[in-house]
Amino acid sequence: MSPAPLLRSTRLTRRFGGVVALKDLDLEVHQGEILGLIGPNGSGKTTFFNVVTGIYPASAGRVEFDGRDMTRLSPQQVYRAGIARTFQRSRLCLPLSIFDNLMVGNHARLDHGLAFNLFRRRAFRAQFEANYAAARELVMLFDPPLANRLFEAVSDIPMIDRRRIEVCRALISRPKLLLLDEPSAGMTQEETRQFMDDVLTVRARMADLTIVIIEHEMNVIERITERCVVLNYGRKIAEGSYREVATDRQVQEAYLGLE
Amino acid sequence: MAAAAIAALTVFAILFLWVESETAVAGLVLAAAVVVVIGGRLGWLGQVQAAFGQHETLLNGGVIVAVLAITAFFYRDHFALLMVATVLLYILACLGLTIQFGYAGILNFSGAAFFGIGAYTAAVLTAHTLVPHLLVLLAGGAVAALIGSMLIYPVLRTRGHYAAVVTIAFALLFKTFLEVNDVLGGPQGLAVANMNLFGWDFGQGVELGPLEASFILNYVLLASLLVIIGMLLVKRLERSWIGLDMDAIRLDETASACFGIDPARWKITAFTLGNFLAGVAGALYGMMLAFIAPNNFTFADGLIMVSIVLLGGIGNPWGVVVAAGIVIILPEKLQVIQEYRFLLFAATVILILRFRPGGLLPRGLRQYFPGQPT
Repeated sequence: MSPAPLLRSTRLTRRFGGVVALKDLDLEVHQGEILGLIGPNGSGKTTFFNVVTGIYPASAGRVEFDGRDMTRLSPQQVYRAGIARTFQRSRLCLPLSIFDNLMVGNHARLDHGLAFNLFRRRAFRAQFEANYAAARELVMLFDPPLANRLFEAVSDIPMIDRRRIEVCRALISRPKLLLLDEPSAGMTQEETRQFMDDVLTVRARMADLTIVIIEHEMNVIERITERCVVLNYGRKIAEGSYREVATDRQVQEAYLGLE
Repeated sequence: MAAAAIAALTVFAILFLWVESETAVAGLVLAAAVVVVIGGRLGWLGQVQAAFGQHETLLNGGVIVAVLAITAFFYRDHFALLMVATVLLYILACLGLTIQFGYAGILNFSGAAFFGIGAYTAAVLTAHTLVPHLLVLLAGGAVAALIGSMLIYPVLRTRGHYAAVVTIAFALLFKTFLEVNDVLGGPQGLAVANMNLFGWDFGQGVELGPLEASFILNYVLLASLLVIIGMLLVKRLERSWIGLDMDAIRLDETASACFGIDPARWKITAFTLGNFLAGVAGALYGMMLAFIAPNNFTFADGLIMVSIVLLGGIGNPWGVVVAAGIVIILPEKLQVIQEYRFLLFAATVILILRFRPGGLLPRGLRQYFPGQPT
């Protein structure tokens, strides 16, 4: 038997009025794996991320992470427990610099006291320098030229770089679990391929990082995931390697409709 | 370049305050507009901006010297000095709004109410207690912050425009409350004692050797000092993780929450700090006017404060300085537009939002330190 899963949801349910977005979902994510979460539009994938990260409370069921019950935690507590995410529509702060955006993700390692920030400018400067170095190093892994442009506005950089910065923002706090919500959206096939190379490179450097990725591009899923879970109407309809789920009859019906 | 720009602005401000005829004032306004447009075309404005970015200390020092020069020029002129002091105190209050709106994204239309709370606090404390006047200023800020905390719950429960509506309601409520409250003088208002700093009576003219300066000079000097402190506070706040937290919750509350930022904490901090600054400014304003009434602190005055922040450039304290000068002094000098000033401000704000949403001096990217790696 494998060790306890990093993330486990048990009979997790989320309703919006009469709509059941997640229905009794049992899902396990194991330490160190890349899990693909797939399914047609509206099948509950993003809702699952939102419930896990505490944006929506669960209507029923339970979420455990790293051996702790996480069901009722606020987004802030979920972040501190070690889960970071990206968003389907890129949700960076566009008017701010790349560095600023990275520091938003780095919240847990920064001192937010009034006295520290306003009056202890020397100590603040030391903290700034240390975190600037860390941010540069991380961005360097993705795209060395970008590391020299940390003080440019995010609104001035292309989509692929925004996606990279979004992943860096999630990774800079060294989370145990990274949730990627459809990272290929808005990118060309070539950009997507480059981006996935980056993700694999980074994962090779961060040995125990676990990733759950929502994706519509099946070649991406095939290439980078070790296991897939397929949702339809908020329920899990299949689970296994990409090859297994791709040939599953229920999955084909969900995507293509009944013949 | 930067020094030349400050010098030119100083001379312009002096001329502007000095000329009497409305034609001359209108001429100066036109000339300024032409210079700004041509300067923009020739790239001068960009150069000035870059120069200020690189030599911040020079900018700070230059502006202080400029204010002193203007003050010295008009040392006997009550009216001109009163305008300078009023501009300075409005700058201080609008710096408060900058923290609230420019950083944390709370649009506060009751800035004038918190300004008024400061003034009324000063009136009550100077009339009935022996509290030292420096503390009266702080008390004005503290009472404004405290009364503001009543609004925190509804402001936190609502987002965006709805929070703004809460502050509109408060501004209207505040004036009505003053009008029906006999203890606070009702519609007639209250007298406020002059500032007295450790025996230095602000009500007396200042004797500088053979020259006798207007008593308002005292207020200009103290107000300048307060504005310097306020600027320092706002600048440091912006250049810190707290400024970043506030920007993040303004831009995307949900995403910020997913990275551990607590929106409530920073909204409370920004709202309280902003009201404190408005209250301190109001306390000194009350002492300077010596007499305050509900009509000094109407909803319309709150609108003026918001339009200063919008016109100057949301989140840029230097924008507040420039815009406060324009918005306060222009209607005083051009009595023709006095009656229509709200119409004009409304039109200006709409034009600004349409054609230059960043305001006259758009806020740049955050620099944590002058000359940090870019």
